Amino acid sequence: MKYVDEYRNSKEAKMFAEAIARTVTRTWTVMEICGGQTHSIAKYSLQDLLPPELSLLHGPGCPVCVTPVELIDKAIHIAAMPNVIFCSFGDMLRVPGSSADLFKVKSKGGDIRIVYSPMDALNIARDNPQKEVVFFAIGFETTAPANAMAIYQTKSENIKNLSFLVSQVIVPPAICSILESPQNRVQGFLAAGHVCTIMGYSEYEPIAKDYKIPIVVTGFEPLDILQGIFMCVKQLEEGRFEVENQYSRSVRKEGNLAAQKIIQEVFQIIPRQWRGIGEIKQSGLGLKPAYSQYDAEVRFPCEFHYQENATECISGLVLQGLKKPNECPAFGKSCTPESPLGATMVSTEGACAAYYRYQTVQS
Amino acid sequence: MNLENEINFSMDALNCPLPIDASSFITLAHGGGGKLTQQLIEKVFQPAFNNPELETRHDGAVIDFPKGKLAFTTDSYVVNPLIFPGGNIGSLAINGTVNDLAMCGARPLYLTVGFIIEEGLSMEVLWTIVRTMKIAAEEAGVKIITGDTKVVDKGKGDGIFINTSGIGIIEHDLTIHPQSVQPGDAVLLSGDIGKHGIAIMSAREGLGFQSEIKSDCAGVSHRVQKLFDASIEIHCMRDLTRGGLATALIEIAKTSQLSVTIEEMEIPVREDVKGACEILGLDPLYVANEGQFVVFVKADQAQQALQIMQQDPLGGSAKCIGTVADSPEGTVILKTKIGTSRLLDMLSGEQLPRIC
Repeated sequence: MKYVDEYRNSKEAKMFAEAIARTVTRTWTVMEICGGQTHSIAKYSLQDLLPPELSLLHGPGCPVCVTPVELIDKAIHIAAMPNVIFCSFGDMLRVPGSSADLFKVKSKGGDIRIVYSPMDALNIARDNPQKEVVFFAIGFETTAPANAMAIYQTKSENIKNLSFLVSQVIVPPAICSILESPQNRVQGFLAAGHVCTIMGYSEYEPIAKDYKIPIVVTGFEPLDILQGIFMCVKQLEEGRFEVENQYSRSVRKEGNLAAQKIIQEVFQIIPRQWRGIGEIKQSGLGLKPAYSQYDAEVRFPCEFHYQENATECISGLVLQGLKKPNECPAFGKSCTPESPLGATMVSTEGACAAYYRYQTVQS
Repeated sequence: MNLENEINFSMDALNCPLPIDASSFITLAHGGGGKLTQQLIEKVFQPAFNNPELETRHDGAVIDFPKGKLAFTTDSYVVNPLIFPGGNIGSLAINGTVNDLAMCGARPLYLTVGFIIEEGLSMEVLWTIVRTMKIAAEEAGVKIITGDTKVVDKGKGDGIFINTSGIGIIEHDLTIHPQSVQPGDAVLLSGDIGKHGIAIMSAREGLGFQSEIKSDCAGVSHRVQKLFDASIEIHCMRDLTRGGLATALIEIAKTSQLSVTIEEMEIPVREDVKGACEILGLDPLYVANEGQFVVFVKADQAQQALQIMQQDPLGGSAKCIGTVADSPEGTVILKTKIGTSRLLDMLSGEQLPRIC
């Protein structure tokens, strides 16, 4: 398949692996931001191709993992209402709230539908005018334009029975939060290629400069990631800290201006809670006042306060790159994809689930 | 089903024998044991499944049976949507059970059919399903010799559920079982994977995803029979239904306590199936099939067996995808396209579409 097979080529993978090994002269720790990259790293056992001096940490870029428990509880509360059709992306259904998940609500008769696009929710709302349709609008900058467009169309078509439970987060403040942590170990970042396809990468330049840290905008195929690592390590070895673009077949510096415009039309920057991490300033997108009538939190007011119980789960530390999944005492024992203790064990993009599913032969 | 059959089938499907004089959809009375039940049996089921055993209209079938070992299996079919590109619940119900018998090393002979029909199912849809079952049974060389019909209230079924049980005869001395697998065995795959699962997903309402991909739903017993006819020493077989290729191999590796290594590069996946999997965030190794199987054979017969499989009209893309070793016990190792290796594990449930 074009644009896929050429990035899964064993000869070139070996070539990049050798180039990385030749370049590295000391230990370095690099973090890939996006869960999609984590998934690829685990699926192709890329760590096996890297020299022992190079350590990869897995970042917080898994939207399922960082959606706060309170919001999952709200989703469960709304989805269980008799007149509601609750629409969600598939892998949100298994994420544990404080006492249940959306699958449980579905099995008890809740009308929950897996959709691929927020536009599907729009169609469901048009087809079911007597029902209240709610879409769980989660994700990073990648899902924001489509979600914003759905909200914009809901307003322009005056669809009254559709609302949005929003948990949108953005990447740059999370990078700053990781770098400001006193325990930070990250020395270079692979930025998320698809986030930058939307937003461009100008906003990463002050981060690279201020924190003196190389950032390489990187794709998702194994060769993309190996090349991204090579570019990052080269900067580290040469003492440079710049933003470079490995994923130039998709990312332009200015990003997708039309997508940015619709995001700005519908959303404004707000503080957001990140599951396992806590509140990060200016790290989320919320509905602008002109769209608040489509906010499911306004339409179905309910409050949930969640007190994290003490468990062995270290998903917060994993999301911040302070620990690796297999350093958790619960990993693969009391915490598995069948009974996850933390959200990082749920989504296929969660670091713990990726480690669990794609065990290497050596481990 | 070949093209000619498909055309005949669609013409016959127009001639449902019931809708004019009876109702055009199933009512509770069709399952009540009275005249409408009789009419359904006489005008729909009996003409389609016509054979002397069914003709006796007894509580069960009495059959002559050849001497030898029996294989006996049962399966229930609840697919949604009922009709999908490349097949329907009827073809699944026949081929699924026929294939389970074939995987036991048996030649399928007889099937039973139980229908649980939801009130309100269109008679046209029922007829389409029954006609397809007739064709699939004929193609597989099996007779449907007894059956049952129940009708449930509207809302208590999903159109129609079908259970089929099947009996086959074992005509060789091999023990076809994971425990017969030996280190050194070759792992042969009957053809390209993933078509059924993707066809079903694309046909599901509300997914907003369309494709030209048809289910691979087909009987495999003829293909298996050709291997027996050539005296291939088959150690184990498994059809690649729910959970796909990966799950089938993991089950065999765990039961046999051996290690199966497969090459990602050798696993045939059609370009359109690959594309759909990339878009939907699914791994074709775990996507369901309804007409593919793996067979473990002695290494020195692998080439001969592969040629036999490839000569079948449905087996053109058959491949040798791996080998068996004695350790690490109970594992399946995938050699990836980029030259690394990892273990394959069972999924905890259905694959869920990713967010981005």
